[in-house]
This record gives sequence, structure tokens and C-alpha cells, in this order.
Amino acid sequence: MSNAAAHDDHHAHYGVPGYDPVAWKMGMWLFLFTELLLFGAVFIAYAVYLETYTWHFTVGSAQLSIPIGTFNTLVLLTSSLTMALSIAALQRGKKELSIKLLDMTVACAGLFCVVKAFEWGAKFEHGIYPGSEHLLAMARGEQMFFGLYFTMTGIHALHVIIGAALILWVRARIKSGAVSTERITFLDNIGLYWHLVDLIWIFLFPLIYLVA
Amino acid sequence: MTTQALPDLGEVDYIRAGGGPWSWEWLKTTDHKRIAIMYLLMIVAFFFVAMTLGLLMRAELLKPGTQFLDGAAYNRVLTLHGVIMICLFIIPSIPAIFGNFALPIMVGANDVSFPRLNLASWYFYVAGAVLALWSVGAGGVDTGWTFYVPYSGNTDANVVLPMLAAFLLGWSSILTGLNMITTVHRLRAPTMGWRQMPLFVWGIYATSWIAVLATPVVGITLVLVLFEKFFGVGIFNASMGGDPILFQHMFWIYSHPAVYIMVLPAMAVVSEIVPVFSQKRIFGYRFIAVSSIAIAAIGSLVWAHHMFTSGMADEGRIIFSFLTFFVSVPSAVKIFNWLATMYKGSIRIELPMLFAFAFMFLFSIGGFTGLQQAALSVDIHIHDTSFIVAHFHYTMFGGTGTMFFGALYYWWPKMFGRMYNKTLGMIGFVLFFVGFNTLYFPLFIAGLKGMPRRYQDYLAEYQGYHELSTYGSWIIATGLILLVLNLIGCMRWAKWWGSDAETNPWNAASLDWRVPSPPPVHQFHEEPIITDGPYDYDIPHLGDDDSKAAPAEVQA
Repeated sequence: MSNAAAHDDHHAHYGVPGYDPVAWKMGMWLFLFTELLLFGAVFIAYAVYLETYTWHFTVGSAQLSIPIGTFNTLVLLTSSLTMALSIAALQRGKKELSIKLLDMTVACAGLFCVVKAFEWGAKFEHGIYPGSEHLLAMARGEQMFFGLYFTMTGIHALHVIIGAALILWVRARIKSGAVSTERITFLDNIGLYWHLVDLIWIFLFPLIYLVA
Repeated sequence: MTTQALPDLGEVDYIRAGGGPWSWEWLKTTDHKRIAIMYLLMIVAFFFVAMTLGLLMRAELLKPGTQFLDGAAYNRVLTLHGVIMICLFIIPSIPAIFGNFALPIMVGANDVSFPRLNLASWYFYVAGAVLALWSVGAGGVDTGWTFYVPYSGNTDANVVLPMLAAFLLGWSSILTGLNMITTVHRLRAPTMGWRQMPLFVWGIYATSWIAVLATPVVGITLVLVLFEKFFGVGIFNASMGGDPILFQHMFWIYSHPAVYIMVLPAMAVVSEIVPVFSQKRIFGYRFIAVSSIAIAAIGSLVWAHHMFTSGMADEGRIIFSFLTFFVSVPSAVKIFNWLATMYKGSIRIELPMLFAFAFMFLFSIGGFTGLQQAALSVDIHIHDTSFIVAHFHYTMFGGTGTMFFGALYYWWPKMFGRMYNKTLGMIGFVLFFVGFNTLYFPLFIAGLKGMPRRYQDYLAEYQGYHELSTYGSWIIATGLILLVLNLIGCMRWAKWWGSDAETNPWNAASLDWRVPSPPPVHQFHEEPIITDGPYDYDIPHLGDDDSKAAPAEVQA
């Protein structure tokens, strides 16, 4: 029995979930599927109404500023680049550089949100916001376009904010050493999330801004 | 696998360890077995709440006219019954309780992949439950559990709370599913191949995929309804250019796969119980495993059969009708495989097996009546009648509910180390089975004759059916109370009620029956070496070949 117990100590960690990068990545991918399907449902609604109100969507889309949308697209693409570089830096053991690149990613996220806020604000000034009298007086197709515009960019912006918060969290964990070159999966996963947020915008941009 | 027990090292079991059965330690536990028990307590409590609501409705329908629930109150009771039964009982029941408890042990692991996330899922469940109860305090909701627009957008009742509740409960089941998938992939004993997994594991695995892929759609749909209420974004509001039918599509894109989230785990339990109590290898292992995946896949493409009368192109209706017929094939495959497993087996009539019989009988009735609705012309006649109510109670309650109780009887000795009183259990089972059919079968006939569903009042000609149905509700309730009494009694009054359970009272071959009852906190100290399938029983007279009955599976 004592022999067996000693043996048990040796194997005490059999089957106990520990640091398993593959499992963590798998869990993250499954979570990303749920995000894709969540946005997928809104994209279906968009597709249905684009088909129903093609002309009004064109009119609505023409009222949005393509330069601003393009600028925000570039901002998010840059943030994805800095995110990927941050992971590469930590993989090579350059902790300080990795943190600096994360800071740049968060700065891009902030810039994106500020631009978005100004864009929304400009629409609000023109009396275009959900439930406004001006909007309700518009054609139904245009109401639907702006309804979807605010819904889709709003839910996306929420994801940008959550993503930025997650980046700040992983930044703190890199600083404390909990996430390091040897245990990098947490940063990898936040990176995956951030690329998803970016990717969804890549779909939103042509659907909303360029459909005219 | 053999049916031999693993060496009992005399460790303290998971219930008595860490503060004992009633300590606060449980609320921060990450042990999959304790989390399963915490789900069990909540889910059974909510089942009885919703059952009581059901009894109230049946009592109101005993006679035509208003007895004690007026129309408005009846609508609220009906909604609450549906929301609790579906979101708080059926969907989480088998995956969250038995998936959590048995799946890790069955694949030879000591816990799920993400134990803390597992605990978080339980808290999501509790938060959802609190919101659901809060909505009752806020005056109740009268939309029905489907929250159809435009009514859910216009009603004065507070639909925000139950919708948020459904959203949180959805996340609870997504996270549990995510955990189960990862556990099967990453923590399965290295020597256990995919074809050596018990079929319960296959069933929960398929269910988890549906939960992960379908639930987000209903989540965002409910959020869009809330956007309409709070911000005036009328995605489903016709006066603002929206389309209410789109809500129905998006709702059923989740909620139809959700019925497979409900029933696949029940089928998975039957696939465990039938071979064990026939002491015979399961017939057509691969077909049963693949049919779970097939149900998950085809079941995702049949949602619009809920909407045949809502307005849809004829081509669409024909395609969805065909797919609905088609999805019944993999279910039938399972039924035939179970029957073939029993053929020439040494069948033992124990309570879990009786519930498996009841499942096959009741679910077959539910399935065949489902095919009648899949036929477009028939569906127009029976749509929105009590025929539908009878159909989905036969599938959901007769299917999943029955196997939930079957699974309780099957795993109870493992979970708590106590065996219940079998005679009392048999009496309860007979009351359950007779009561079930008395309760729901008359509703088929009343529905065919035109009795609408969701009505609080009816014409005198339907009274006979309703009376019979109400009597049935009293019989089945008695049976279920006996069941719970039996399970509590064998724990509470251990001296004269029931007995201590052995490690493997059923002579099962899966790993969960080879660890002590109840299991210690860490059930495996060694990697279990799997050399054989999960249904290979050591029965000399059935001619097991000697090489398979190796004396020690676990190498020291």
C-alpha cells in the first residue's frame, strides 16, 4: 500500500487539467464560433433587408462618409498588425517590446472608438438616431438601414471596447510574468479575439459604407 | 473493458471531502462532481416549480369556464411553465448534471478541461434563474416561451427580465458545451480511441456542438428585440420596415436545434442503459454514434417546420417538410439498434431499464406524430391545436424527462453511494407511465377534433378529454413525488430505507462504474489503459474471448 501511495504521488497529476495550450486554443476557437454565429444572425437580417430595400439602402449608405470609414478600417488593420507583432515579440522573449506593441494596439482601439463616436455624433446632430422623429419620417427602408447601421456598428464597437479591456488585462499579466514566452497561450487567445473583431469590421465596412 | 473495479485506496469521497456535504466550500468548488450535484439540486427544484404550474393549468381546464385562473393569469402561468421547463429544466438537465458528473470519469479524466469556467457556467445558470423568478415578482409575462413579436414588443408585461434570463442561460449551456467538447478531445485517456468512447460521451459531444453553434443566434435575436424596446430599432417591427416573420426564423434557427439539445442526451442515456441491462454488446455502435452527429447536422436545417402556416414560399415549405421527414431516420436507427441490442440479451428489469422502455414507447409516439406534422397538408389542420401540445410533451417530457429520471436511477448509486428501494421505485414508475399517457394522449384526440392550444376555456364537447387529462396529471404527479421521496429517503433514513451501493451494482463496463461509489475527489491516480470497447462485459457463458478478459486493466 505504501508503495502504491508513493507511486500515486508520482502520478498525482494524471488527468488533472493544467496548462494545456491546445485545449485553451480549442476553447477559444469554439468561443469564436459563437461570436461568428452571433454576428452571422445580424448579417442574415442585413441580407434580407438589403434584398427588400435595395434602393433605400443605397440612399442611406450614401449619407455615410467613406473617408472616415476607410480611416477606421486602416486603424483596425494597423491594430491587428501590432497585435500580431506583440505576440511575435513575446515569442522571442522581448517582453518590453511586446508590451509596447500592446499599448499601440489599445491606442488604435481607442482611436477607432473616438472616430466612431464623432461619426455617430454627427448623425445624431442631423436628427438621425433610433427612434428620432426625423428618422421615423424617412422611408421604411432607410429607417431599417440606419437601424441596422447603429445596431451593427454598436455591437461591434462594444466588442472593440471589450477587446481593449482584455488587452489591458493580458498586458498586466505579461508585466507580472504570469504570461511569458513559455506560457504564451493567453496572449495568443486575446490575439485571436482581436483579429476576429478586426475581421468582422472588414465585413461591416463594405456592407455599410460601400453598398451605395 | 472489463467490469473489474479499480483498486479502492480508501480515500475520502467527493461529498465528504473539503468541508462535507452542506458547507459553503461547494459554492467555490471546481470539482465537476460537486458542480453536477449543485446543478441537480437547482434543476430538480425548478422542475417541481414548473410541474406545480402545469398542475394548476390542468386543474383550471378540468371544467369549461373559469375556475380560479382567468385568461390573463392563465397566460402568465403558461409562459412561466414553458420558460422554466425548457430553459431551467430540460436543456440543462442531462448535459449539466450527468454530463458533468459522468463524462469526465467515462473518458478517464479527473475533471473537465476548464474547471473554473465550469463553475462560472453554474453561476450563469443561477443568475438566469434569479432573473426568471424576478420576472414573476415583476408581474409575470404573458407572451408564451417563444416571445414572438410583435406581441412581445408591444405587451406591457416586463419581457426584459425573462429575455435576459434566457440570454444568460444560453451562455451557461454554451460554456458547458465548450467545456465538454474540449474535455473529450484533450482529456480522454490516451489509449481510448474514438470508437471506444461510451455512447453517452458521443451523445453529449454532439449535443455540445449544437449548443455552441446554435445558441448565439437566439441570444442575438432576443437582444435585437430588446433593442427595439429600449432604442426603437425596429428590426422586427413592420411599422418601421421590419419583418416579424424574420424573428420567427431566427428564433427557430436556434430553438429547433435546441430540441435536439434536449433529446440527444436522453438518447445517449438510453444507449448506456440498454446494453448494461441486457448484458450484451451494443448493436451497431458506429451507427448510433454517427446518428447522433447526423441528428445534430440535419436537425439544424429543419427550423422552418414550425412556421408552415406563418407565410413562406411553397418551395421552402416542401424542402423543410422533406428535411423534417429525413431527420427522423437517424432517430429510428437508434431505436432499431436498441431493440437489436436487447434481442437475445439477458435482460434484467431494473428501474433504469424500465425508464428506457418507457422512453422507446413514448418517444416513438412523439416521433410518429411529429411526422404527421411534417406533412404540409396535415399540419395546416392540426397547427396550433392541443395535438401539438401532446406531441411535444411526448417527445420532450416522454423523451428527455423520462430519461432524466432513468438517468437519476441509473447514476444515483454512483453519485451518492446509496441504493434506493426498488419496489417503491416500481410503483412510482407505473404511476408515472400510466399517468403520462392519461395526461397527454387525450390531447391528441381533442386536438384532432379542433381543441386549440393555449386556451383557458373550451366548448363543453371537449370536457371528457380535458377531465381525463387532468386526472392523469394527478397520477403522474404522485408517481414523481414517490420517485423523489425514494431518492431522498434512501439518503436521509439510511438505516431502514435502501442500502449502500456497491462499486458496480449493474455490472457495467464503462469507467464510471469502476471507481468507488461515491467516487473520491481524484478518481484516477493512474492513467486507465483501455484495451476494449465500453460494452464488453465479462460474462463467461456469453462466450467472451479470454484475451479480452485480461485480469488487470490498470497497470501498476
